[in-house]
Amino acid sequence: MNNPVTFSSTDFEPLQRGDQADVLVRPSLSYWQDAWRRLKRNRRAICSLYLIVGLLVFSFVLPLVADFDPVSQDLTQISQGPSLGRKSLVVNTTPWQGIYADHAAHTGPLSPVTGLQLYGEAHTESVRLAWQPVPGAVGYRVFRHLLRPSGPTDLGLPLGETEQLNQVFFEDRLKLEPSKYYYSVQAYSAGGDVSDYATLRVTPRHAIGVGSAVQRGLISSQNPETFVGEEVELKRHLLGTDYLGRDMLARLIYGGQTSLYIGIVAPLLFVIIGVIYGGLAGYLGGRVDEVMMRFADFVIALPFLLFMILFRVAMGIGPGESGITPMLIALVVLSWPATARLVRGQVLQLREQPFVEAAQLMGGSSHYLIWRHMLPNVMGVVLVSLTFSIPTAIFTEAFLSFIGMGVAPPTPSWGANCNEGVKSFLSHPHELLFPALLISITVLAFNLLGDGLRDALDAKMKG
Amino acid sequence: MIEFILKRLLSGVITIWFIATATFVGMHMVPGDPLANAKAMKPEIRRNIEARYGLDKPVWHQYGIFMGNMLKGDFGISFTQKNRHVNDIIREHFPVSALLGVMALVIATAGGIVWGALTAVYRDRWPDGVIMFLVVIAVSVPSFVFAMLGQLGILAFNDLVGASLLPVAGWGTFSHMLVPALVLGLGTMAYLTRLMRSSMLEVTSADYIRTARAKGVSPLRIFFKHQLRNAILPVITVLGPSIAAITTGGFVVELVFAIPGLGRYFVQAVQQLDYTVIMGTTVFYGAFLVVMVLVVDILYGFIDPRIRVAKSAA
Repeated sequence: MNNPVTFSSTDFEPLQRGDQADVLVRPSLSYWQDAWRRLKRNRRAICSLYLIVGLLVFSFVLPLVADFDPVSQDLTQISQGPSLGRKSLVVNTTPWQGIYADHAAHTGPLSPVTGLQLYGEAHTESVRLAWQPVPGAVGYRVFRHLLRPSGPTDLGLPLGETEQLNQVFFEDRLKLEPSKYYYSVQAYSAGGDVSDYATLRVTPRHAIGVGSAVQRGLISSQNPETFVGEEVELKRHLLGTDYLGRDMLARLIYGGQTSLYIGIVAPLLFVIIGVIYGGLAGYLGGRVDEVMMRFADFVIALPFLLFMILFRVAMGIGPGESGITPMLIALVVLSWPATARLVRGQVLQLREQPFVEAAQLMGGSSHYLIWRHMLPNVMGVVLVSLTFSIPTAIFTEAFLSFIGMGVAPPTPSWGANCNEGVKSFLSHPHELLFPALLISITVLAFNLLGDGLRDALDAKMKG
Repeated sequence: MIEFILKRLLSGVITIWFIATATFVGMHMVPGDPLANAKAMKPEIRRNIEARYGLDKPVWHQYGIFMGNMLKGDFGISFTQKNRHVNDIIREHFPVSALLGVMALVIATAGGIVWGALTAVYRDRWPDGVIMFLVVIAVSVPSFVFAMLGQLGILAFNDLVGASLLPVAGWGTFSHMLVPALVLGLGTMAYLTRLMRSSMLEVTSADYIRTARAKGVSPLRIFFKHQLRNAILPVITVLGPSIAAITTGGFVVELVFAIPGLGRYFVQAVQQLDYTVIMGTTVFYGAFLVVMVLVVDILYGFIDPRIRVAKSAA
């Protein structure tokens, strides 16, 4: 438009009879082309569209390209955070022979435990502690805490008492993780007196026993003992593992399949049913319309979540079933009336439109009227309501799975992932964070796309 | 007006009947029987128990008894808790849910109106952008995540103050209710904010606002007296459905914050297949929601004369 226009005198000559006048041509755009053009200009909606495609690829294409296993458990890595790869020390798992010392006789208050130290390297297969004998003690109690003890009543998990009189060692092999621990040791006398405690901070490193390393194929089974003391690469879990040691990324991918499948297929089904039902009611009108819509009103009045749960109980989930189909059916059965109402309202409005009356007058069959005039004009509103139904369906699935009334374990779904992650939310937040983030992103994307579509299609969402 | 109320009442009664019937049918589709979980028992004992709960009669007869009892307001006896009446369970646990719901609704409505009005006043400036961004977040994050974050927030707050000012879970005092009610009302608040914003914007361009401005009414008076009062009307219409959303949304909040409300009890009853409690609770909730929507509808008729005229003309 900014090009300078140059005129010559020929431009101003009068037209001859029969010459064509300049014709202003604008490409003729159909309703859908026009809507698409407007949608493309909405940056938020287009970003959301890309995001949705990305999520679909993540859940449905990625497992085709690479091998993801959501079921197998990696027991060496339970509830581990995201990482690019972990190394583990191969160790012998034979029990420790220990340290023994004679105890001098002593009466009166016990002196505090001294000389608490690590014996050898601390790793997740065993932490070995030893200390100096306390005169007069008949045994020792060992505690483990995740935080620094603040006093004698705050020593943490009691690991055990020493079993023999002269035993001044303790080997901890109880569910150790590569994180910080505070060990406290306390002596007690025959009279029941307890001494002051000594505390030691220990950070065990990740280790794996020779036997289980062979079992997992991390080292060769020929002369496995030669690997002791060496480091091996553990299986990589990019997004970490869950509380059973299953790969988070694989769980999320397969969980996405469940969540997106329910979230997209259920609205698709109930929107189709709603269009047929509402269209029929609106088209037939009169008594039939009244009865049909009355029934729809009743279904709308059912308390939604209560009946979702009721349906799930009523249909029951047998052993080995995923529970996806019952949820799908329940969603469809309870959700169709909203679309039906919407479509009926649109059809009632359309019936009065001049172009429909004209078509009727000119003898258009009802088949023609429905397919040529009604459906295309209803489609915009229907598409928008479909887009807004998807987040609701995804939320419903997530909510039900979260309270344990959704898909049956071990079927992964984002809601079920959240349910599993809640148990260890404070110590391993990634297990809740990732699925919750995915649900939020999906719902956000569909909501923004719905907003964009509504603006682009100029659909008035009035029933 | 009276005819309108009567009509609505009648349809409300039929709706409750429909809910009760749907519940009954649903519960009788359940595979297995309510005594399946119990220990193996002699046939005569089983017969006795079945007679006690009326399970020995044909289905239509059971339906008749169920409906008859329902009319009398009798929901029967719990299957899993011996001798505990479902009415007692509802009487004991519903007030907790109701109190939580009312608080959530108050927070949601007040918040929605204030935020919505603010976005409209600061239209297309940064407060508008920030609030609308938060609204989008609030409708996109699942409620249980907010519940978890709420608990985490309480922990952080207590840590910061150095004392346990807000309890992390449980029920009893006002401080127990604060965060759960906030979490519960968040979704509705976001929805109402959106509604209030568009309603305010619509009102702003109305003729009477221009007139008021032209005759020199102070901006503050225009805002409170003309804009706000008219913009609030649509917010009232959605209060009925909002109550529904908040009561059912209570499930998660009650579970996470260990609040002894009816929602948590319902989930428990479902897990234990406690037939009478499930049926009683569902019918009770359904009836409650129907009544609430009805009340809001009628109230709205009183508040907005335009609706009254339109309804009586129809």
